[in-house]
Amino acid sequence: MPDLGSYAVAVLSSYAVTLALLAVLVWTSVRRFRRVRAELEMLEGTATRDG
Amino acid sequence: MASFWQFANPRRFIAATDRVLPWLWGAGALCLAVGLVWGFFFTPDDVRQGATVKIIFLHVPSALMAINAWMMMLVASLIWVVRRHHVSALAARAAAPVGVVMTLIALATGALWGQPMWGTWWVWDPRLTSFLILFLFYLGYIALWEAIEDDDTAADLTAILCLVGSVFAVLSRYAVLFWNQGLHQGASLSLDTQENVHDAFYHPLLFCIAGFVVLFVALVLLRTQTEIRARRIRSLQARQRAGDTAREGGAA
Repeated sequence: MPDLGSYAVAVLSSYAVTLALLAVLVWTSVRRFRRVRAELEMLEGTATRDG
Repeated sequence: MASFWQFANPRRFIAATDRVLPWLWGAGALCLAVGLVWGFFFTPDDVRQGATVKIIFLHVPSALMAINAWMMMLVASLIWVVRRHHVSALAARAAAPVGVVMTLIALATGALWGQPMWGTWWVWDPRLTSFLILFLFYLGYIALWEAIEDDDTAADLTAILCLVGSVFAVLSRYAVLFWNQGLHQGASLSLDTQENVHDAFYHPLLFCIAGFVVLFVALVLLRTQTEIRARRIRSLQARQRAGDTAREGGAA
């Protein structure tokens, strides 16, 4: 771990905020992608069965 | 030779992006990991800024992507306006939440960097202010898409908003050049090697920028796929409702 001295809070907070925001963005994007894909597959299956 | 416009077909777009997405995730994660580990653990402190210089590896790439995301949305919106390709309108819609997060990261890391260096979290400096306005434009753009039920009308109106907002995106980029006031420093990266940051920071910074760019592309492609499917769901549901109404009308 590098010695960040009196700037440790600023530097570590920057990394924490950035990585947290990126993680939330990727997680919500992937979760919505899977949910919508599953919903469409179900709907298209129903539409095919109903003719 | 395959034309770029073939991707205006939603099925072709999904098939093509499905193939490249795993590579993009891998490349983005690798570039980010190399850049951040190199930048955080293996770069020296700056003579004037001390250890806070390590924030550059987050602040510069996110600020760059905040502006470029809006520019990408502008190009996609113009394609929609001119050629009426739904995929391009949906790509613009998909990019907005990614852009807003990039802007938020740039604003947050800027404030965290500004406090120890300038003695304040925030000043109404031209670049900071234009960035805040860009952030508000992102929020407005997302809200406008959500507020309008008809997809085509929403795409038309958000394209206009995107055009207006692009003034602030350009302003955010060039404010430091044509306003010689404010606390924000000049560009960290330039084609003029004399103006660039020192090589010790430059190379890991390039990795971080590459990581942010590739991650942005991967996220936009994934989210565009989602928007294409969500639009298809809305269309199927509307067809189903119309069929139900017709059946009820026939029965009555």
